[in-house]
Parts: sequence; structure tokens; C-alpha cells
Amino acid sequence: MMNDTARALRRLALEVGYSLRGFFEHFGAGQLFLVRIIVNMPYALARPGLIIKQVYVTGVLSLVVIMLAGFFVGMVLALQGFLTLSRFGAEDTIGMVAALGLVRELGPVVTALLFAGRAGTALSSEIGLMRATDQLSGMEMMAVDPIKRIIVPRFLGGVIAMPILAVIFSAMGIFGAWLEGVIILGVDEGAFWSQMQAQVDLREDVMSGVIKSIFFGIAASLLAVYEGYNCVPTAEGVGRATTRAVVNTSLTVLVLNFMLTAWLLGGK
Amino acid sequence: MQQTRAVELGTGLFVFMGILALFFLTTRVTTFDTYSGEGGYELTARFDQIGTLKTRSPVSISGVQIGRVTAIDFDVERLEAVVTIRIASRYDRIPNDSDASILTSGILGGQYIGLQPGGADEHFQDGDEISFTQSAVVLEQLISKYLFGQAGGGE
Repeated sequence: MMNDTARALRRLALEVGYSLRGFFEHFGAGQLFLVRIIVNMPYALARPGLIIKQVYVTGVLSLVVIMLAGFFVGMVLALQGFLTLSRFGAEDTIGMVAALGLVRELGPVVTALLFAGRAGTALSSEIGLMRATDQLSGMEMMAVDPIKRIIVPRFLGGVIAMPILAVIFSAMGIFGAWLEGVIILGVDEGAFWSQMQAQVDLREDVMSGVIKSIFFGIAASLLAVYEGYNCVPTAEGVGRATTRAVVNTSLTVLVLNFMLTAWLLGGK
Repeated sequence: MQQTRAVELGTGLFVFMGILALFFLTTRVTTFDTYSGEGGYELTARFDQIGTLKTRSPVSISGVQIGRVTAIDFDVERLEAVVTIRIASRYDRIPNDSDASILTSGILGGQYIGLQPGGADEHFQDGDEISFTQSAVVLEQLISKYLFGQAGGGE
């Protein structure tokens, strides 16, 4: 009896130990992968055509999703803000509430989450499939480094696309908030914009949002290409790599978001 | 070739949209800030009580915003708050006997510094101190003054 319990505890400890070790292994391998990408960057920068193609794939093809999401997030912010703030007779401030929420938090974070679902999955499954069908080994045979040729342009494409998508998301969100607040709910248009302009600061709010989305771009692109590149080269492995890319990116973005917010706005 | 051109066109439009959105955020959503930059001139003012005034609070004259609070400090020698404000350079002919008071905008609004123009011929220069100031009204002090006044009046 006692023995059984001890054995179960031991197994539990081992499990925890293994998964912790796995986490740190992946964490370290990810950092090394980032270093490899950075070292190989000059080659990719010499061939901007590859990067432009990837900006198109990750950015332009995510545009409709991002714009629609931003629009509806902005509308719901205005609606929720109106319902709460009108109790205090402060519904004029919904422009400010929506703009601050979008520019500081929702713009970068929701964009990064959608990016993980839309572009991150495409990246990791594409690279994973190249791995599974031995295209990456084939390139190595032909003395073409797949890091330079495949990974770096995809990584850079994602890093460039993310801040642009986040800014477009925020702008669309503010448009949605304006439509819902001013046109549908009848908040005064002058108050809507002037409250927003009085309270939203260029450096503290808009720029901190852009800085956040740059970090999210790096994290999301790195995780997507890393999981794809290191996947088990089977059909199942590609699927699992894609899932892991989305889950890990979402969690990383949320944790990173807190740390960046504390860093960027914490002093105030 | 056709494919490549579509990709390049799409990417170009995408980046252009991003710049447009950023332009929208900087100009329409925030105040395009002309007060915090290098331009303009700085004045200081001393107050006994500044209430909830913060850096970046607006400074206005006749209700028109002309500058911002850039720094708030406490003078240990004279036991007063020292507020530094920066005023945009195009408002460079404010009489130097104007007085500054800390006012509240709206019921929930933040506090700001309102300048009341004086009648002097001399104008404020960079680094000048506003000599006539009126402190912020603290609600608790107002209430206690009212209660004290009531008690005094009853006797």
C-alpha cells in the first residue's frame, strides 16, 4: 500500500521533471534558433524579393481577417463602454476608452493571436511539410542552406507584417467604435474625438503599442518557423507542430504582453 | 512574372495602408503634440497645494490650451511645490504679471493650470517665474472650512 503511493509519487515527480526539462530544452533551442536566424540575416537581406513574398503571404493574406476582427472589437468596446459609462453620464468618453484599449492592448494582442492562427499555422505547416517530404534535406544536398533560403525570409516577413497589421487593427477598431458610438448610439462626435485626443498620448500609448507588436512579431514568427523546422517528419508530426506553434505563440504573447506592459507603462 | 508583380503590388499597398493607419493614429487619435518638443519656452510657478496636477496636464488661457506641465518638484527650503510648464512659442506675448491657478475640468476631469492675463507691458521670458499663483482647492479642506465657518457663525 505504502509502496504503491511511493511509486505513484515517484512517477509523478519524474513526469514533472521530464516536462520541465522538455520546456527548458525547447526554450534554449528556440533561443539558439533565433541566433542562427540573426547570423544568417545578411544573406536574406541581399535578396529582398524573398522577404517581400513572405510579407505578402503573412501580411496581405491576413489583412481581411485582421480588419474584420478590429472592426468588431472596436464596435463591442464602444457598446460595452456606452452601457457602463452612461450610468455615470460619462458616455462622451467612449472614444477615449475604445482608443486606449485598442492602441495599448487589444490591437497588438488580438492581432498577434489572430496572426498565430492565420499566418503562424501556414508557416509551420509549410515548413513542416518541407521537412516531411525531405525538401529541406534536398536543399542541403544542393548546398543551399534552408535557414537562409526558407527560414529567414519567413521570419522577417512575419516580423515586418505584425506591427503593420496591429496598427491597421487599431485604426479599424477606432473606426468601428466611431460607427457604433457616434452613428448608432448617438454620442456627440466632437466629444468623441476631443476626449480621445486629450487622453491618448503618442509616445506612451501609440508607440508602446507598436513596440509591443514588434516583440510579438518576433515571438510569433520565431515559434512558427521553429516548430515547423524541428517537427517530426511525418504527417502526424506536421499536425502536432502546427498545433504547438499556435498554442505556444498564444501563451508566449500573453505572458510577454504582461511583461512588456509592466516595462513600458509600469513606471507611471 | 505576372505573379511576382501581383505580390509586389499587394505588399506595397499593404505597407502603404499600414503607414496610413499609423498616420491616422498619430494625427486623429492623439493630440499632435506641439508643446512637449524643443520649441516654446519654460516658466515655473510655486504652489502651496497642487492637488492632482500631473506632468503633461494642460496649461490654458481663456480655455485655449497653450502648453503643458513638464515637471513637478517640491522645494524643501521653501516647502512649496514647484511646477514647470512649457508654453508653445507662438504664445510669446503673455503679460508677466499674469496669474496661474490650478483648476478642475468637469466633475471627473483632471486638473489643469489656467492663466489669467494681467495688464503689464512686459512679457514672460524663458525661465521666468509666475509670481501670482492660486493653489488647487482640496475638497476635504473646503468641507472642513465650511463646517468650521458654520460653527463660528452660530456663536
